[in-house]
Amino acid sequence: MTITFAATPRTPPKGTAPAARRRGRALRRTLTGWGFAAPATVLVVGLSIFPAVWAFFISRTRWNGIAPAKPLGWDNYQRIAQDPDAAAAAQHTLLLTVLFVPGSIMLGLLIAIALNQKIRLIGFYRTCIFVPYVASAAATGILAGYVFNPQFGAANEVLRRLGLPAQGFLESPGQALLVICVIALWGEVGFCAVIYLAALQDIPHELVEAATVDGASKLRVFWHITLPELRPVTVFTAIWQTITAMQLFDLIYTTTRGGPMNSTQTVVYYIYELAFQTQRLGYGAALAYLLFAVTMVLTLSVFWYSRRSGSEAF
Amino acid sequence: MTTSSGTRTAPARSWRLPFSPWHLLLMPLALIFVLPLVQMVLTSFMSESEINRFPPKFIPSGLHFDGYTKLLSESHILLWFGNTVLVSAVAVISHLILCSLAGYGFARLKFAGRGLAFVAIVATVMIPMQLLMIPTYLMFAQLGIVDTLAAAFVPWLASAFGIFLMRQFFLGLPVELEEAARLDGCGALRTFVSVVLPLARPALATLAVFTLLSSWNDLLWPLIAISDDTKFTLQVGLASFQGTRRTEWSQLMAGNVIATLPLIVAFLVAQRRFIATMTFTGLKG
Repeated sequence: MTITFAATPRTPPKGTAPAARRRGRALRRTLTGWGFAAPATVLVVGLSIFPAVWAFFISRTRWNGIAPAKPLGWDNYQRIAQDPDAAAAAQHTLLLTVLFVPGSIMLGLLIAIALNQKIRLIGFYRTCIFVPYVASAAATGILAGYVFNPQFGAANEVLRRLGLPAQGFLESPGQALLVICVIALWGEVGFCAVIYLAALQDIPHELVEAATVDGASKLRVFWHITLPELRPVTVFTAIWQTITAMQLFDLIYTTTRGGPMNSTQTVVYYIYELAFQTQRLGYGAALAYLLFAVTMVLTLSVFWYSRRSGSEAF
Repeated sequence: MTTSSGTRTAPARSWRLPFSPWHLLLMPLALIFVLPLVQMVLTSFMSESEINRFPPKFIPSGLHFDGYTKLLSESHILLWFGNTVLVSAVAVISHLILCSLAGYGFARLKFAGRGLAFVAIVATVMIPMQLLMIPTYLMFAQLGIVDTLAAAFVPWLASAFGIFLMRQFFLGLPVELEEAARLDGCGALRTFVSVVLPLARPALATLAVFTLLSSWNDLLWPLIAISDDTKFTLQVGLASFQGTRRTEWSQLMAGNVIATLPLIVAFLVAQRRFIATMTFTGLKG
């Protein structure tokens, strides 16, 4: 495009007719192009970039959504630093992320390797392991409330059969977050496994064969060939699962609703409560922006790190 | 020599399992993943007294439909089901049309502002939902779609992921066919509809599965914007029903079955397509 335009003045003007026609054609092409792209573009941008900018203005006010918003400058952001609930929520989100991300990557990889074997029943195993992924987080949460019910749930029944003491699970402030992490893994690990499985099947056979011919053991092949080949996928999965963990909402809503004793109140859940239960829209938006900034920094640093160490994830 | 090597291999063979050792890992894992879902279905057919028993039972004594009949009479579950089907249908159809059009535009047509528009779309992926909850609610209120089903499907009419998926697919198609159609005098839209779209069936199927999963399972947007219980989707309906009936497990499990079974059946029927969708999300998304 730019090249044609730049070239136009250099050719001696032979009359205005071809140039006008060319301009007319360019205009038509632009209209056609936008005709194709505009509806989806307007929807996607209008439902994300526009509200994101608006959220920034909201975050600098005190507003309950009804009365006129009161401008506060950066007060909301300063207040976050002194808010013990925000600190606790950040801690819970961090703990959840730190447990969930490595957990889903390691478990996903292990399952993918197992599912990559050519053994009997493999189709059955695949179906069983992937099927929880299609169940909604809401349904999963309700089901988990049943399985982990302290009085008559299956989880405590298994412990009882093994001769272990019964646990409070989702009703115990010390365990609830861990149990939610386990449930989230149950629902999401299939996704990691599918991606790793596809990546494993993409590794060229010649690489593995050559190493085996040279006498490398299975473990060494895995360590020196398989794992490096999987690096881009691992980087992607780490970013994706970090975002999943930091945004976990549905599951918390249908299991503990932030309780017991706020022990599962994550940042996203806290923002939801601030905005939609206590109508503190400005403060909620400020907290959302802070979390956004942290997520961005994390994602970009993982991204840059992976670029620098030479593996292209995208 | 032959005898000694024979005796040496004999004990080694007796140690070997009659099946691959991977089964020892996969069998328990498969059970952990699938048994809770089996229990969900079985429990939905138990009577309430059977559920609240210690030690808990796994297999119901018979087929009790109490959970289902009570759920039907005490909640708007059928209405919620219909709402969800409607929301998902609108989302899938709109996604297929708008994202394939935009994907084709970005892949093949050259127009002013194309680069900038595409960068804007890719950038939206970075914006997390917690940032969008508050302004989106306010926007829905301004648009007057609070407490309507539109609140559940408007966020799923098109997505950056869908546009990206279709663009990647169209970039991978050979250009020659379209050029031939153009030479025959077809316009851009005609070429797209009659030449390109028929080739895009696999990508469209992937997009449909992705949209179905996201829109059917979405809880947050309808939860924020819909408070009228006749407008609930299944997910919101279940969550609110659970909020008031924490212990009526047969009804809750019956609701869960109704909400998840359609997708599970779809998954079992079209497993390859679902897995292709998950793979695409991961490897190219």
